[in-house]
Amino acid sequence: MNLKSLTFKGGVNVPGHKEMTENLPIKRAVEPAVVTIPLHQHTGAPCEALVKVGDRVKVGQKIGQSDAFVSASVHSSVSGIVKSITPMAIPTGLIVDCIVIESDGKGELDEPITEPKDLEELTSDEIIQIIREAGITGMGGAGFPTHVKLSPPSGKKIDTIIINGAECEPYITADHRNMVEEPEKIVFGLKVIMKAVKVEKGIIAIEENKLDAISALIEASKDEPNITVIPLKVKYPQGDEKRLIDATLNRQVPSGGLPMDVGAIVCNISTTKAIAEAVQMGKPLYERVVTVTGNGIKEPKNLIVKIGTSFKDVIAQCGGFTEDAPGKIIMGGPMMGISQFSIDVPVIKGTGSILVLTEEEAKPVKVSPCIKCGKCLEVCPVKLQPLYLSTFSLKGRFDKAEEFHALDCVECGACSYICPAKRPLVESIRIAKKEIITKRKKAN
Amino acid sequence: MDSKGINISKTEELVLENKLLVSSSPHMRSNESVQRIMLDVIIALVPAMIGSVYFFGINALKLILISVASSVLFEALIQKAFKREVTINDLSAVITGILIAFNLPASAPWWLPIVGSAFAIIIVKQFFGGLGSNFMNPALAARAMLLTSWPSHMSTFTGTRPDVVASATPLAIMKYGMATDGAASATVEAATSASQGAGVELPMLMDMFVGNIPGAIGETSALLLLVGAVYLIIRQVIDWRVPVFYIGTTFIMLVLLGVETEFLPYHILGGGLILGAFYMATDYASSPVTPMGRIIFGIGAGILTAIIRVKGGYPEGVSYSILLMNVATPIINKYTSPKVFGEVK
Repeated sequence: MNLKSLTFKGGVNVPGHKEMTENLPIKRAVEPAVVTIPLHQHTGAPCEALVKVGDRVKVGQKIGQSDAFVSASVHSSVSGIVKSITPMAIPTGLIVDCIVIESDGKGELDEPITEPKDLEELTSDEIIQIIREAGITGMGGAGFPTHVKLSPPSGKKIDTIIINGAECEPYITADHRNMVEEPEKIVFGLKVIMKAVKVEKGIIAIEENKLDAISALIEASKDEPNITVIPLKVKYPQGDEKRLIDATLNRQVPSGGLPMDVGAIVCNISTTKAIAEAVQMGKPLYERVVTVTGNGIKEPKNLIVKIGTSFKDVIAQCGGFTEDAPGKIIMGGPMMGISQFSIDVPVIKGTGSILVLTEEEAKPVKVSPCIKCGKCLEVCPVKLQPLYLSTFSLKGRFDKAEEFHALDCVECGACSYICPAKRPLVESIRIAKKEIITKRKKAN
Repeated sequence: MDSKGINISKTEELVLENKLLVSSSPHMRSNESVQRIMLDVIIALVPAMIGSVYFFGINALKLILISVASSVLFEALIQKAFKREVTINDLSAVITGILIAFNLPASAPWWLPIVGSAFAIIIVKQFFGGLGSNFMNPALAARAMLLTSWPSHMSTFTGTRPDVVASATPLAIMKYGMATDGAASATVEAATSASQGAGVELPMLMDMFVGNIPGAIGETSALLLLVGAVYLIIRQVIDWRVPVFYIGTTFIMLVLLGVETEFLPYHILGGGLILGAFYMATDYASSPVTPMGRIIFGIGAGILTAIIRVKGGYPEGVSYSILLMNVATPIINKYTSPKVFGEVK
């Protein structure tokens, strides 16, 4: 067993801030009175509603789907009555159609999406069908439909599945707790994925600041000769899938390419757990573990939250805000998370964390001119030159930004984090990327 | 009403008043700051500053104080005049002031650092956009200007011993010692005996390392400068690549140019090589940002330094070498862009 911890070149050490929640067992959140379930929580086509106002729905009942392959169904997380179907703001910043359901508090379960079966009895296609039916998406934030990810084009030979237990974003501990508390589910989920993609080799890669998770998974996978647990050095952005593949397999995903181009598929821990639950219990994805944390929260917690529960309800169960909060409310971590306009937004499948910063922590920093120290080059995991990209972007020279590989930026934010002049580096590169992509679309 | 209710309603008010901050990620910044970096450089220069006062007396302290004060003052005045934000708090002008003083002989008149500071801060730094935009190291450009304008003030070195009023630096002894002897392959003994005629001799190597030799006040003590350099490398303020490749290349080039082995330590420890390599060639704005560019910068400066010292008209070549590489920096940056992760060429 290889216990030497692995990593990638570049990157930055960021304070973990995980102590607030890393040792808190996952608890079930209070049943919400109302849930708001967006019909578009994923990358791909939005769902059409399968219910109408006044309908009675049960827990796990499919309430939205799309005929498009690149899409993910949505399910009710409560039993109750559909009150309205209306466009509302969701935490990704979009306004999408949402189904508002008033819970009757009974929690009456719908039929499971599949009969419990042994993994041996299922074919690859059947597994992918179950995952699709369960509406599973990448739960690390990107929200790409998992059944699509697990159906690579026939030309791509996949040889390794990597389960991403890096959880390199500060504060978040949802994956960490999932690994510690339900390692068997993670291992089972990995076996399901390996069978679905017909792959012999599975890796579970975990940053070595989660020793309890590493030992739990080594123990849970001790009878699985094809599964290896690999410790990773603690460094941001270790959990970026291309960095993870580089660290664990020593393969570089080509610029503009996907992990499948180098024979790998990377899956998030929560996603893997959802896959295990779909196959083992016939349970669709209607709840997830959310870390509610930050110095702006009175009682940080790891909670199982029903999809559609408002941030407000979740925050209220965690003691509410501290005196000097909220300065900023973020879905996700402090490095790549999305700051929120309001707490009247629902938890979605990609909500791994609700992070509340204090007013002091949220204060905008004073920006000064670039001193050309070159630290942004040192930390960039893609080996970009953020200082130049940023200058080009701010001057509107998007052609030059493209020439300097702006589109390769993974937006990890390491450059902005390290910058002593507090320049908005990744922020401006993001603008350049949008402009370049828009221009390309127009050209086509 | 319970506390949860109070807190949540407080939020709603905040949101209504648009006080909830919304911005693009990241939402967290490191403790790095420009001021902290500059402070680190000043800290690193403190041992050499103390050394300069110890070796060269109170005049060294006077020059440092005048130079720092005038640099900071000129920065504030010019920024006021240009209606720019006054940024003397970033401490960069303090460093420029110290480095200008470090390049002066102890006998320099009081107005020399003032003229140097004015040139460095106003013309080299602020005319080109201020901190981060200067294309040359301001302190070195000032040294070059002063050397051309007042050569005698700039090269009349007092010894560290009070009985010696005027003295030659080890590099000058080697250079002009060799010249009077007429032999290209002079030995230490030859240089020493040749210069003994003029009443000077090469110092002990240990004195050179400690800094107990004639020279500019801040450049003579390799030991004290290296103590600060180690601090800067540990604090990750400077990149080790520049000084290591600079000094390494200088050494190799001197060997290739036929310099006698006995002279080599004098070349490395003498003149401004240590000060230049660790504190001036590493200036952020005027040196490359790419890792490969920094190596090329060091190698280039090393080649130039050795050539100027051995083949050129001056005994010392560090400042001109760095200045020439400063000018080459944009083109070095351009051709040393790192290969992007996963890039297929």
